[in-house]
Amino acid sequence: MLDLQILLIFMIVGALVAVRTKDLLSSVIAVGTVGLGLSLAFLILKAPDLAIAQLVVEILCVIILIRATIKKDLPFSASGRWFFNTLVTLIFLAVFLIYGYFCMKDLPQFGEPIMRVAQNFISNGLRQTGAANLVTAVVLDYRAYDTLGEATILFTAVVSVLAVMRRIGRKK
Amino acid sequence: MSVYFLCLVLFSIGLYCILRKRNLIKIIIGIIITEYAVNLFFVLIGYRMHGRAPIHAPDQEVLNMVDPLPQALVLTAIVIGLAVTALIASIAIRVYEKYGTFDITKIRKLKG
Amino acid sequence: MKEQDRGMTLIVKTITRLTVGLILLFGIYIVSHGHISPGGGFAGGVIVALSFIHIMLAFGKEVAFKTVSQKVASVFESLGALIFVTLAIVGIGYGYFFLNFLAKGEPFKLFSSGLIPLYNMAISFKVGAGLFIMFIILVMFRVTKKGEGE
Repeated sequence: MLDLQILLIFMIVGALVAVRTKDLLSSVIAVGTVGLGLSLAFLILKAPDLAIAQLVVEILCVIILIRATIKKDLPFSASGRWFFNTLVTLIFLAVFLIYGYFCMKDLPQFGEPIMRVAQNFISNGLRQTGAANLVTAVVLDYRAYDTLGEATILFTAVVSVLAVMRRIGRKK
Repeated sequence: MSVYFLCLVLFSIGLYCILRKRNLIKIIIGIIITEYAVNLFFVLIGYRMHGRAPIHAPDQEVLNMVDPLPQALVLTAIVIGLAVTALIASIAIRVYEKYGTFDITKIRKLKG
Repeated sequence: MKEQDRGMTLIVKTITRLTVGLILLFGIYIVSHGHISPGGGFAGGVIVALSFIHIMLAFGKEVAFKTVSQKVASVFESLGALIFVTLAIVGIGYGYFFLNFLAKGEPFKLFSSGLIPLYNMAISFKVGAGLFIMFIILVMFRVTKKGEGE
């Protein structure tokens, strides 16, 4: 899986650029490269549905973020306990990474999933639902309650954006 | 195994960005990177070596498919992530309009 | 003359006129073939929303409101949710919630797998109209903000 590792290292470099750059517009575009790399990684991992969805969602996400950040820049300020805060954060992240590394020994080996439930879906999915695309069969037939919850969350998000951005009835 | 660790490194970069940066847009970017890392981790768990995409083809029996269940979960999570990002961006725009800055240490007035 | 000053340059407008129909058609294809090939309601809905956002970015918001107004988008979003929940509730009459009660048909054909294409269509209405409404709200705020003098 050398191609996947190279792609992940590219995504990590893109994320570092996005975090460290002072210009906000460059930072947003660097996040766009991370998302497009993720789309390619989904394609390598044999998930074409996710690759299409991630590609289009990333485009819309970058448009929304550019709209939020354009012509609004903030100079870098190093006031306060800058050194102490950075040190504490880095120590916390180091401890987090070390514990995460030891926890990974209990995960299933990469390339050999457990697939206790999914084996049932794969062997019976075409006969029970009639859909050739098993991801659609899982989303809309076996686990349709997830989709119902997703529709609820989307509706709530639209209503919240409308409530936050409204102008009528808001005091100046 | 190294792929899992690289994914964890990506997650921790996003976590560093959330914890340490003061700009609201930088915090949104950190949330987006963290979300990408979690989505990638779900799909990595379900990958089978030399597997095929979970789509049946006519006239042939496909046996070595990858796990379709994490892909279905991530498919909903991607769209939810976009909606949540738009919500946070609208709140950030409102905050900028009220206080004139994105710096979270300058935003102190709790009065509505 | 003033109509032409809105939006981006002439090159962008000409290319947009040529491509936006194809983008919309591709979105509809992705939605309608979601059960036999990669794609589905989520990705197709976002592509449909992107085609309208494309018009809005190239021509300005007046022309975009002539094609799809905010009220029409709101109606489509409600319609998507209504179709989804109604089909799920009708399933109770045949057994349980979210029962796929139509005939499965022959696999690998366009009209197969019972209710799944209808669910896909409802989800695409919901996602596309919802994201388009979000984008309309975010863009309209920028236009009105200049008059406030913050």
